[in-house]
Formats: sequence, C-alpha cells, structure tokens
Amino acid sequence: MVDEETIRVVRCGGSELNFRRAVFSADSKYIFCVSGDFVKVYSTVTEECVHILHGHRNLVTGIQLNPNNHLQLYSCSLDGTIKLWDYIDGILIKTFIVGCKLHALFTVAQAEDSVFAIVNKEKPDIFQLVSVKLPKSSSQEVEAKELSFVLDYINQSPKCIAFGNEGVYVAAVREFYLSVYFFKKKTTSRFTLSSSRNKKHAKNNFTCVACHPTEDCIASGHMDGKIRLWRNFYDDKKYTYTCLHWHHDMVMDLAFSVTGTSLLSGGCESVLVEWRDATEKNKEFLPRLGATIEHISVSPAGDLFCTSHSDNKIIIIHRNLEASAVIQGLVKDRSIFTGLMIDPRTKALVLNGKPGHLQFYSLQSDKQLYNLDIIQQEYINDYGLIQIELTKAAFGCFGNWLATVEQRQEKETELELQMKLWMYNKKTQGFILNTKINMPHEDCITALCFCNAEKSEQPTLVTASKDGYFKVWILTDDSDIYKKAVGWTCDFVGSYHKYQATNCCFSEDGSLLAVSFEEIVTIWDSVTWELKCTFCQRAGKIRHLCFGRLTCSKYLLGATENGILCCWNLLSCALEWNAKLNVRVMEPDPNSENIAAISQSSVGSDLFVFKPSEPRPLYIQKGISREEVQWGVFVPRDVPESFTSEAYQWLNRSQFYFLTKSQVTAPLKKAEESLPTTPFYFILGKHRQHQDEKLNETLENELVQLPLTENIPAVSELLHTPAHVLPSAAFLCSMFVNSLLLSKETKSAKEIPEDVDMEEEKESEDSDEENDFIEKVQDTNNTGLGEDIIHQLSKSEEKELRKFRKIDYSWIAAL
Amino acid sequence: MAGYKPVAIQTYPILGEKITQDTLYWNNYKPPYNYAVTASSRIHIYGRYSQEPIKTFSRFKYTAYCATFRQDGRFSTFDISGRAPLRQFEGHTKAVHTVDFTADKYHVVSGADDYTVKLWDIPNSKEILTFKEHSDYVRCGCASKLNPDLFITGSYDHTVKMFDARTNTSVLSVEHGQPVESVLLFPSGGLLVSAGGRYVKVWDMLKGGQLLVSLKNHHKTVTCLCLSSSGQRLLSGSLDRKVKVYSTTSYKVVHSFDYAASILSLALAHEDETIVVGMTNGILSVKHRKSEAKKESIPRRRRPAYRTFIKGKNYMKQRDDILINRPAKKHLELYDRDLKHFRISKALDRVLDPTCTIKTPEITVSIIKELNRRGVLANALAGRDEKEISHVLNFLIRHLSQPRFAPVLINAAEIIIDIYLPVIGQSPVVDKSFATSRTCRKEIDYQRELLETLGMMDMLFATMRRKEGTSVLEHTSDGFPENKKIES
Repeated sequence: MVDEETIRVVRCGGSELNFRRAVFSADSKYIFCVSGDFVKVYSTVTEECVHILHGHRNLVTGIQLNPNNHLQLYSCSLDGTIKLWDYIDGILIKTFIVGCKLHALFTVAQAEDSVFAIVNKEKPDIFQLVSVKLPKSSSQEVEAKELSFVLDYINQSPKCIAFGNEGVYVAAVREFYLSVYFFKKKTTSRFTLSSSRNKKHAKNNFTCVACHPTEDCIASGHMDGKIRLWRNFYDDKKYTYTCLHWHHDMVMDLAFSVTGTSLLSGGCESVLVEWRDATEKNKEFLPRLGATIEHISVSPAGDLFCTSHSDNKIIIIHRNLEASAVIQGLVKDRSIFTGLMIDPRTKALVLNGKPGHLQFYSLQSDKQLYNLDIIQQEYINDYGLIQIELTKAAFGCFGNWLATVEQRQEKETELELQMKLWMYNKKTQGFILNTKINMPHEDCITALCFCNAEKSEQPTLVTASKDGYFKVWILTDDSDIYKKAVGWTCDFVGSYHKYQATNCCFSEDGSLLAVSFEEIVTIWDSVTWELKCTFCQRAGKIRHLCFGRLTCSKYLLGATENGILCCWNLLSCALEWNAKLNVRVMEPDPNSENIAAISQSSVGSDLFVFKPSEPRPLYIQKGISREEVQWGVFVPRDVPESFTSEAYQWLNRSQFYFLTKSQVTAPLKKAEESLPTTPFYFILGKHRQHQDEKLNETLENELVQLPLTENIPAVSELLHTPAHVLPSAAFLCSMFVNSLLLSKETKSAKEIPEDVDMEEEKESEDSDEENDFIEKVQDTNNTGLGEDIIHQLSKSEEKELRKFRKIDYSWIAAL
Repeated sequence: MAGYKPVAIQTYPILGEKITQDTLYWNNYKPPYNYAVTASSRIHIYGRYSQEPIKTFSRFKYTAYCATFRQDGRFSTFDISGRAPLRQFEGHTKAVHTVDFTADKYHVVSGADDYTVKLWDIPNSKEILTFKEHSDYVRCGCASKLNPDLFITGSYDHTVKMFDARTNTSVLSVEHGQPVESVLLFPSGGLLVSAGGRYVKVWDMLKGGQLLVSLKNHHKTVTCLCLSSSGQRLLSGSLDRKVKVYSTTSYKVVHSFDYAASILSLALAHEDETIVVGMTNGILSVKHRKSEAKKESIPRRRRPAYRTFIKGKNYMKQRDDILINRPAKKHLELYDRDLKHFRISKALDRVLDPTCTIKTPEITVSIIKELNRRGVLANALAGRDEKEISHVLNFLIRHLSQPRFAPVLINAAEIIIDIYLPVIGQSPVVDKSFATSRTCRKEIDYQRELLETLGMMDMLFATMRRKEGTSVLEHTSDGFPENKKIES
C-alpha cells in the first residue's frame, strides 16, 4: 500500500467568486456563485459557505434557479453538461449531457422544458445563443442533444444577453449594435449606434444589457459610461432611446429591480448607482465598495442586491442601499510582488491583496482572514496612474515584527521608497506601525530578511538594494523618563565593490549573514559585521540564496540565472557540488533540512526536493504545472503525517504550496484553457485519498451505528425524560459515552439488563410510590452493577426496591 | 467599507534637543538679570521683584562666606570676628564655611576650616557641642528638617558625616571618594545627596548609608546642589559652567542650563520662581519664571457646554428599544475635505495660504505630492492668475533648495514652467519670481562644497584603510547615517 502512494498536485482554494453573476435563492436565504469547477452556496446572513456543489469536471460558467422549482438550481460548465442540483441538501439530481462547451446559461419561466445557453460550435470566437430542450426522463444522466438556434454572432459574456418582459424577446449586444429577437414573430431587429464611426463617439461600444421585467424597455451600458434606455424597439424606424450619464468610465453591469422601478449600475468607480424611475435626477449612491463592480444581481424576493467585485468579493446589499454582508475570497487580480509568506502566528498565507494591503488568507478554510492596510492612502483608480506598490514584506521574531517596503517609480530618477516596521500588539491582536523609514536606500530594495535565530537578543533586519549597499537595521530602545518606546535604526552599511546587492539571507542560528552581490556571495559575521569570505562561481547573477538548516547548516545554496545550482561548504569554504538546474523558486522547509526547487523548462515546471548535503535529489516530480511557477512556500502541517516511503518523507511535516503565473488577467485565454484556472495547487500524497476513504468507511460505520443507538429505548428514554428527574449528569456521562463506543461489552451489558428489566417491570406493576432522587441513583447503581445482586436480595428487600420502580430507570443500565 | 483615508503628511524628525515637559518648564525663565557683586565682606538682601538690594550688611572685617535664613524669616549672621547685628558666635579658629538652623529653630550648626563642627544655642549665644571628627576642612553641611538633633556635614576629607546632638559623636559616615563640596538632604530625610569632584552621589540613609546612585554628568567639579520646590528635580551646578536638572525618580538628566562662567553657588526660590546662580566672574545671575497667568488673560471663546456633547449618549436602552448607532464622524482637515470631493485646485489653494506655508510647509509639500500621485497636479496648477501663481512661485523658491522637499517641488516647478511658459513676460511680478538664478547659483555652490567635503572624507578613509583593513567598514557605518540625516 505504501508503494502505491503517489504525490499529486491538488488545486487548493483561491478560486474566483466573481466570474459570473451570483444568484439568490427564492427566499433570499442563500446566494450561489460559481467558483472554479464548483458552485458554492453561501448563507446571505452569516456569510458562511453552506455547501459546495461538486460534480463538474471543468469551469462552471453559469447558474440559474430552476423556474419551475425554486429549490433546484441549474448549472452549466465548459465540460458540456448542465446539471440540476438540490441546493438545500447539496445533492446532484440530474445531469444533461449537451456535448459542446457551454459558456452561459439562461432560464425563462415561460419556456418550460428548455433552457438557453451560449455555445461556440465551429470557430473558436463565434458564439451562438441556443435553446436546449431538456428531455424528461427518470435516469440520472440524460442526453440533451436537441439544440435550436436562436441568435448568432453574439458576445461570449452572459452580461450581453438579456431576456425581457416575461420571455417575449431576447436582447443581445455586441460592439456597436443591439439586436432584439422576438420569439413569437421569430424576427430580429437590429439597432446600430449611428455615430459609432465618429471619433467623438469612439467609445460607444455596448458593454452590457438588461431588460425591464414588465415593460418593453431595454437598458444598455456603454464603454464611455453612458446608460441608454431603449423603447419602442418593435419598430425598426420609430425606436427611441434616452441617456443616463453618471459613470466616468465603462459601465460594467446593469440590473433592474424586481418591480422594475429602479435600475442599478456599477463600474470601476466602485459606486453602486440606483436610478429611480429611470430618470437622471433621481439617483442614489452606495459609494466606497472597495473595487470595481463586475456584476450586479437582484434577489427574486426583491429585498437584497449583490455586487461582485474585481477583488474576488461579493457584497450583499439591502434594498435601502446598506451593505449587510461581505463574502471575500483570495484577492489576486494584481501581480504578487511580496511572494508567499506564512504568518507564524495564525499560520495564514500572506501576500499582496487589495491595492496597498497585505491579505491574510486561511488555507484551511479557503477564506480571507483580514486585510492589513500598509500604504494607508486613498486609492485612486484611474487609467495610467502609477500607484504605490507594496513590493516586499517579511515576518520576523516569530511574528512579532513585520517589515514592509513600498515604492512608486514615476520616472527613472524619481523613486519614492518607504520602509515600514510593524509590531504585533497583543492587546489589539493586530499589527501596529512602529517605525517609518523614508528612502531607506537610494534604489529599489531587492531583498529583505529578519534574523530569526531563537536566541537573538536584538531583532535585526537586513535590506539589500540595487544601490549597491546592504543595511542592517536593529531595534533600539527609544524610551525616556516620560514614556517607553522602541524604534529601528540603521546599525551598519555594507557594500562590496559597488556591485548591486541582490539577495540576503541569515543562517539558522543567526551567526552569519550571506549577501549576494550580482555574481558574488559574501559572508558576514553578524556580531562584528566583518566580511568573512566570498564565493564566486562566475555563473551569472545569483537569483536565490539560502542556508541549509538543522544538520545541513554548514551548507549555503545559491541558484544563478545561468541555470546552475551551487552548494558551498562553509567550513571548508569550498564548492561542495553544483548542478545544472534552471531554478525559478527555491524554498527551504522550516521544519527539516529539505529544500524545494522548481525549475522552468519549455515544457513546464519540475519540482526537485533535495538535502544540501548530497547532490542527489530526494524526490523529483516532472511537469507539476504547464505554466511558470512564480512563488512557492512550505506550510507546516498541524498534525504530522507519517509517510514511510523515503521519497515522500519530505511531506511529513510540511506541505508545499506554489503559485503559478495566473491567467486571471487574460480572461479569454482562461476560457479556452482546460487547466484549472485557480492558481493554487498543493501537493499531497495519494495517501490522503486512502485516508479519506478510510474516513468514509468510518463515517458509514457511524451511520449504521447511529440508527442503532437511536433505536435503543434507553437513549430515547434518556432524551425524553424531563431533566429534573434524571440522575446527575456526571453520573450519566461516562455511561452515555461508553454506550457510544459500541464495543462488545456494552452490547452485552445492554442485552443482559434488558432481560432483567423486563422481569422487574412485570413484578413492579402494582407499586405506586413516590421516588426519592438519591435512592433512585442508588437503585440504578445496583442495576448497573449486575443482575446477580438483585437476585441475591431477600424478598422483603425486593419489595422495598420495587417501591422505587414506579418510574423505570433501568434504561440507564442499558447505556 | 473603508472611509476616506486622509493624506499622509510626511513628518520629519526634529533635530537637536528633544522637547519634553521638563525643557518647557525649565526654559520658561526670563533672560537673566546679572549683577556685578563684589561680595567679599558684605551681605546684600535683594528684593523679590525689584531686583535691587534692599538691605546691606557690611560690618564684617573679613570675607563673609555664608548666610542662611531661619524658617520664620528672621535673620542671623556671624563671622569669625565680625560684630553680629543680633547674635555673634565666636569659637571657630578659622573660616566658617557653612551654617544652618536646626529644625527646632533654636540652634545653629556651623562648620569651619578648623576641621570642627559646632552647635550653637541662639538665645544665649553659647557653644553647646563641638565635633572634631573630620580630618580636613568642613565645607558644607545641612540640618535635617524633621529631627532637631540631626545634621550632616561634608568635608574635604572625602567623608560625609551625620551627627546627632544627643550622642556627641557621628552616627553615620559615608565615603564620597572626592572632597565634598556640597551636601543636601531630601525633605523626607531618607536620602542624602553629596557632590564632590565630578560626581554627585545619592545615599540611602535608611539603609545605613548605602550608595543608591552615582551620577557623573559634569566634566568638572560639582560645586553646588539644590532641590526644586516639588522635590521631583535635583539641580547641580558645576565649574564646567552648566547647571543640570535631574529627575529624582530615574536620576537621568532632563535639562541643562548654560552659564557664562564657572558656577559656585546655586539656589531656587519658592515654587521655582527664581533661579539664582553665582559665578566665578563675580556675577550673580537671577532668572525669573515667566508668569503663567498671562496665558489665561486671553479671553477664551465660549464653547458649548459639556452636556451638549454627551446629549443622548448616556441614554440607557430600555427593554423594547432598538438602538441605532450613528457612526462617529471622523474629523478631516479642510484640505482633506476638498480632496475627498476632488476639489483639487481648492485644496491646493488652501495649503498655499501663508499661514500654512510658513508654519507647516510639510503639509503643503505633502498635498503637492498627493496631487502628483493622483495625476492631477498639472490641472491644479493651471489656470491661475498673477496673484495666485506668485503665491505658488514664492513657496517654491523658498523651499526648493531644501533637500527634504526638493524631489516633489522640482517636479512641480517643471510643471509650472511647462504651463506658464507661453505667457511669460506679461507680468513683472511673476517674471521676477521666474528669474531665480541667484537661488540656483547658491545651491550649485553649496553642492560643490558638499562634494569637496565628501572627497576629503573619502581620502581620509582611504588612508585609514591602508593602515588597517577591517576598521574601514565601521567608519562607513558611522558616517553614512549621519550623511543621511543631513540630507533628509
């Protein structure tokens, strides 16, 4: 069994919640959203995930409530199936196999046995709206091949299709024209914006469309921020439209309220605008929603709205425009500069989040814990603005200190650089800004590391910069007689022949500091800051640098840009071994000597795990990802695993997570790719699967057992007897717990007293005394001890006892 | 939902002395009145407010060394052979350097260069006791404020002794290590402070004369000691021309006064109202505290009563009530309010107001930086008339050369030149501001000088490197942060 274990990559959380419009349940209690290959069901009140609907084998692209049964949900996926779910229990009811990639799903109450979907059949970028007839059949899997064509040459996004006025017509927009298809007449009207060729109206493109629920009115959103309300579109000539203009940039989504009295719109201003009575004057705003609004949806009951945002967040909003709940996933719409870190306190994954924030993300619950505002400035979202970027971050001293670096570079010479040091405050359970250092270096900071030695008396931080210096910062006492304070000051500035400092790293015990200057590695004594020795391999600039740990602490590893991995022995000051490996990511495991390196080749990324003491890797996995791996990190396990196979032992104490260059920034490409689109993968042994199976078995056992225990009259008696006549809980507890163990003894114990009870019951039918509580307990004790005691009692004593048997407590013995 | 985040105002470290409540307190003295006093054989009594001698005693044949007031204000003086106005105590064979009244006001303690300490009775001018335990000049002494029988003397034989009039001998002796120039007892009598050499030492009397702390903050002999009226601060004057103020809880220096000459004596008046220092150049410096009543004389604007602020806040929730909390309104500065509503020109106008530019130029610079970050600096600077643009230019010219503001302001200056270049020559005022060649030249000269200095320092370091290779790094480490400080 051990030999069968294999290691596989598992995608782990961080999936997009904002890919499609979220859907409310009919009673507004639940909200559904697509999330990678799954559909997630959240409670609108508690923000908790209630169910995850597993089943699709590819990206889920659309969800709709079943118009005929509000407790069912349709979902469609790129794997070519439409599935019907019971969302309350999280059960898959039916699968309809369509056979071609489905890009969106629409349901109309009037079209009883068919749904509408966007498919692309022939060419990759020509999309069609089709009606799919869902055959009625009792089997689980049904083929639904009966497609009838509705509209051609439409936009792929479901935002560009809307069904209006109880399914009488469907409106679709693409580029500069709006087409309306009438189901009864089976005709299509097409309206082109007349001035689309004009330069002034160059940004006239349609972006989204929505239909009034009761009237013949279509609202369309445009690139330039205008909203047009179209009426009279039955006639190709006499149609009219009115303009609403508030948004300064593209209208991302539109939605009518259930009654149709107000129109909701949102865009990159992150302001939800409610247009009342479709007039420009009556508008209400809900500002400061945090990020670009991508989708808006309205609950069928009409009491809630929800907005999906570009930072992977869903905000549930009350009818009176008050935000009531936030469902936040992993934010990943921007490039990750800081890399992956593990907060030593919460064991949360830490990386760039919202602009100017660090996000703390729980890997176990796939949930963002909180955001730490680092830059603390108003975020202005405007095209072409150069923002302040959070470029580096590091935790130190067991999570007591956090160092962050932010920079903004407008021109080559104008660099704004700021380093901030945050102290963990136990009272507030959060990080508090301690020291702000303006321009810590003249040029960009390339590396940042704390000395994490256990016995270091003074927190020490090292920054390496392109300006050719590395600086050592120490925590100093800044207190006087008035107040106590600590602050960071520069302790030492080092350089090596004006080369750019590229990496820095402390040894495990904190006695040595390694700083790489382009091709050269320098070793410094961390007490006197003397240069101890230099290593140079002339194999290109050093890209990664790290010390070995535990038994391998005498080794220093360096990966160069020319694809050479070097290992130096610090005792002999000589090269121990080197290997040709184009290392992209090199991460040491905090719990062992192992080091993971991910190399990049034209085919994909390969993972190597090795000990610095020997050049032969412990484990190799080829092709863990087709894309380039950007960052990786070892995450310590809460409960150590016990892999016996030597190749997998490196996973015993930690798991390895990595982040690929996400395709999220290019949505078109993502749709084509069959790869899982979420960027997190983690490697686990197949062992885990076995364990899951085992767990399932045990669960089944419990399921079998559970009805048994429920059937036992004793338990039902226990549950139904009023609490005030029960023996003390302390007395019952151990028996009750023992009963749940389902061992042979309890079974026998159960059987034997039952017989006894039966006899006793027969005997005690005529007795009608009040019971004393304490005596009762004694009595039950007696029965619990065994039947022979009772048999040994004399007849008079038996009669005495029978007095207490008015209410039969013998069931306690059955426990 | 996060609210508006105010603009981060760049703060700069204030160089020089740190401002604490102590520096504020002790700096609050008016400039000193200096008297040229030739006090060889006279005693002057100066008026509290008039700063003029109101009484003079000049009936001494020899130099008068010391004088002291009794607690009830009656005056008594003596000299080795002078005639006393009230009493005259004769008995010392050499110069008397210290006298003090004991706590019961009927006795006087004196110490003299004849190594003796004597206790005198005032009513009948008789010598009661003589202690001959010191082996050198007795130069200082003080009597306990609590116990009429206890007094302390310090001597040039390096010891401080405590005498009890009831026992005829010293009850305690501590070794100071240097000739003792001054001693002081805390009002509680538990702590003894002695000064001698460069040291000020504090002794715990209740622990039998254990050394509590030894202070070495002067670099010349400490000559005099004094306690502030609250007992929270200890002052010491020294020949190094400084008076230092210590906190009596942590014994750290919290403030320091500089004087023109070496200090021989020092005294603080009641409630620290006056600090008087006598110096070796024969000058008596008297500093009065500024009265704090002046500040209160400014009529305060009537503010709303306290109850208006707590109105409704202390309402206790009843059983069926639903409490709706209104979120607390965050206070925003005026420029932040403008920026919040994207009124960029108005925000810039606000911070270019002279009251802001003179007092807090960093706010102005931070707003300019913020506008630049938002990409609207050119919009905010454009479309200004002669008066407004001259405001901007004046500010730029004044602060352009300051290294901490330069990166932001140079950028702003370039934008202004770009915008207003077509209209140059239409206004003489603005044209004059544009002609900033003098400022530029000054700055260039300054930079050249700095470069020269840097070159010289490099040369020095290079020569040191030849001598010993390792020490160089340490020097760069010292030099670099200082350089940074100058630049920032």
